[in-house]
Amino acid sequence: MSAPEHLPDIDNGLLRFLTCGSVDDGKSTLIGRLLFDSKTILADTLNAIERTSARRGMSAVDLSLLTDGLQAEREQGITIDVAYRYFSTGTRKYIIADAPGHEQYTRNMVTAASTANLAIILVDARKGVLTQTRRHSYLASLVGIPHLLVAVNKMDLVDYDQAVFERIRADYLAFADKLGIRDVRFIPISALNGDMIVDRGSRLGWYAGPTLLEILEAAPAAHTERAEDFRFPVQYVCRPQDAANPELHDYRGFMGRVESGEIAVGDAVSVLPSGATSRVKAIELGGARLERAIHEQSVTLLLEDEIDISRGDLIVKAAEAPEPVKQIDATLCWLSEAPLSPARTYLVRHTTREVKAKVAQIAHRVDVNTLAHEPAAQLAMNDIARVTLKLAQPIVADAYADNRATGAFIVIDESTNNTVGAGMIA
Amino acid sequence: MSTLTKQTLSHLDWLEAEAIHILREVAGQCANPALLFSGGKDSICLLRLAEKAFRPGRFPFPLLHIDTGHNYPEVTEFRDKRAAELGERLIVRSVEDSMARGTVVLKHAGESRNKHQSVTLLEAIEEFGFDACIGGARRDEEKARAKERIMSFRDEFGQWDPKNQRPELWNLYNARSHKGENIRAFPISNWTELDVWQYIAREQLELPSIYFAHVRPVVRRNGLLQPVTPITPAQPDDRVEDVQVRFRTVGDITCTAPVESDADTVDKILLETATTTITERGATRMDDQTSEASMEQRKKEGYF
Ligand SMILES: Nc1nc2c(ncn2[C@@H]2O[C@H](COP(=O)(O)OP(=O)(O)O)[C@@H](O)[C@H]2O)c(=O)[nH]1
Repeated sequence: MSAPEHLPDIDNGLLRFLTCGSVDDGKSTLIGRLLFDSKTILADTLNAIERTSARRGMSAVDLSLLTDGLQAEREQGITIDVAYRYFSTGTRKYIIADAPGHEQYTRNMVTAASTANLAIILVDARKGVLTQTRRHSYLASLVGIPHLLVAVNKMDLVDYDQAVFERIRADYLAFADKLGIRDVRFIPISALNGDMIVDRGSRLGWYAGPTLLEILEAAPAAHTERAEDFRFPVQYVCRPQDAANPELHDYRGFMGRVESGEIAVGDAVSVLPSGATSRVKAIELGGARLERAIHEQSVTLLLEDEIDISRGDLIVKAAEAPEPVKQIDATLCWLSEAPLSPARTYLVRHTTREVKAKVAQIAHRVDVNTLAHEPAAQLAMNDIARVTLKLAQPIVADAYADNRATGAFIVIDESTNNTVGAGMIA
Repeated sequence: MSTLTKQTLSHLDWLEAEAIHILREVAGQCANPALLFSGGKDSICLLRLAEKAFRPGRFPFPLLHIDTGHNYPEVTEFRDKRAAELGERLIVRSVEDSMARGTVVLKHAGESRNKHQSVTLLEAIEEFGFDACIGGARRDEEKARAKERIMSFRDEFGQWDPKNQRPELWNLYNARSHKGENIRAFPISNWTELDVWQYIAREQLELPSIYFAHVRPVVRRNGLLQPVTPITPAQPDDRVEDVQVRFRTVGDITCTAPVESDADTVDKILLETATTTITERGATRMDDQTSEASMEQRKKEGYF
């Protein structure tokens, strides 16, 4: 069945982006505006907001109320956790990760950034580049978000003055350079009035670039910008052994998601860490047979030879095999209230593999405001540090800068099973 | 290096691939999961995704339904038929049994049993020792859900603590739990109502008939249509009308309202959904209207 003609035909895939800014920079208003102008603010949600706005003695509808999720947050009037929002333009579906910008919430920002391909960094036109702006930009670049968009908001409060915008751009570029940020763009907006978000408005005539939504529509999707090696962590092995169906007797399907690169029937592969080699006999998705599978596709691989493969193994192309390692250098972001203790053993989850790990060394902690390196004996929540980890069994990893999927890991505290750290392999 | 490819998945293929990945993580990490299947459209999508994730093997989990005893018969019949077609095990546990045991006590006979499903669910989790329950909840349904994790941890009392959730980074899901604790896994967290209908259309999924426009007796109350059924009879001064309606969600009869519609095919529903002006829960869930925070409250108590 195909969709009717006049239903928007979404064919430009999906873009995940992150919004960050200090409290009151207008993040909630911007998100509300995007949802509103893309016509997905639905009528009854709007009614509820109108009622609440009136109760709080506000006359205009406060778009930021759209994004206040939890009761605790409503009581405190702040956002405390990452929230996800959705909108669609008819050509693209968007997932927004909305990260609160308070001092203590580095962990939220890192969480939200981990799945994003673009970050919108909000700057209040009256305040210019602040410490938080630098911190957000550092974290975005640390987590490897390829595209940054600095949105200079509240232009209406500086009389839509181009000089203000240009000064902020120059300030920002001065430090972005030091961070090695590759792709950064700037846009003047008024989230409140909707200028240059979806519509251009009438007061920013001096700005000739695309609107914020146009930038989002044109942003490259993840994995499309450079060649990547094929990485396929095995999640699950399918051995039906259905007595009623002898054809399935020898069926061994290796189930997983193509985290990067692509694979075709006939390709030579290696299985790591064992190093066994074979060729791809078939690629399946549901009942269908595919000639090839591309990044982010969940499929089942069948190999020509019978080799022992289980969850936690990594299938790669034979010519692109990384080395198994038992020690890694990484940037670690500590997420837990209980400090990291070098005396303890933790669990590291890397792709679909779990290994025990200990901290061999904390090389330094990074002050996220000044980017200065300082010595540290342990790590507290929201600390970011360069560490060396010793692993009980080898993992097969890439540098995070080369591959987000095989360069990332989380740290789990086995006593609580909590996720206490997020790491990026150097 | 492989050759540079510009090809990307369509948004629906991407959502499907993500959901399959999540289902396989549950299967890979949890010893004894279950998939919550109600016969509703979201869980019907889950079943198709589970087929894509695990066939030609069997599902590595049974299907579980918590029956309030107040479900539309079209839906429970569909539930049984679908489970039989798939050849997968279906476990049904009922709120009425919990009432008989005295673990569910209604405030009054007419009280909605919807929120009491939590108790029966927790009892089923304990009975079978499930360490994870896969559900069809979506983040776009309701504000409290927007901050829900894909793998959401529940303590021994089935409680969700929104202020103390596990950070969830990249696609490295942490589904670990100790005995007695439980993970709720939501593979279609990132889907919207429109995505669900687009998927149903693309996969040509069969649905219970009450999702499509049909004429049924209703009364109008507080801007909602309330179906007239043996469980929800008309009151003496109600004006009963025959209206062409369809259901957008199919939960408990006492708290699921239909909307006026003449959409009798998936294509027509798709169009209506794309242009609709009312969110799904607002239009159809009487229990969520009581308080803006009511979903959050129920989730803290162990709701899905
Ligand atoms: N004048 C003006 N006010 C704005 C603009 N954007 C946001 N605001 C106001 O700034 C305040 C903080 O905005 P909010 O979106 O809640 O900020 P958040 O804390 O970053 O989410 C609210 O009173 C908004 O109405 C803007 O473009 N112009």
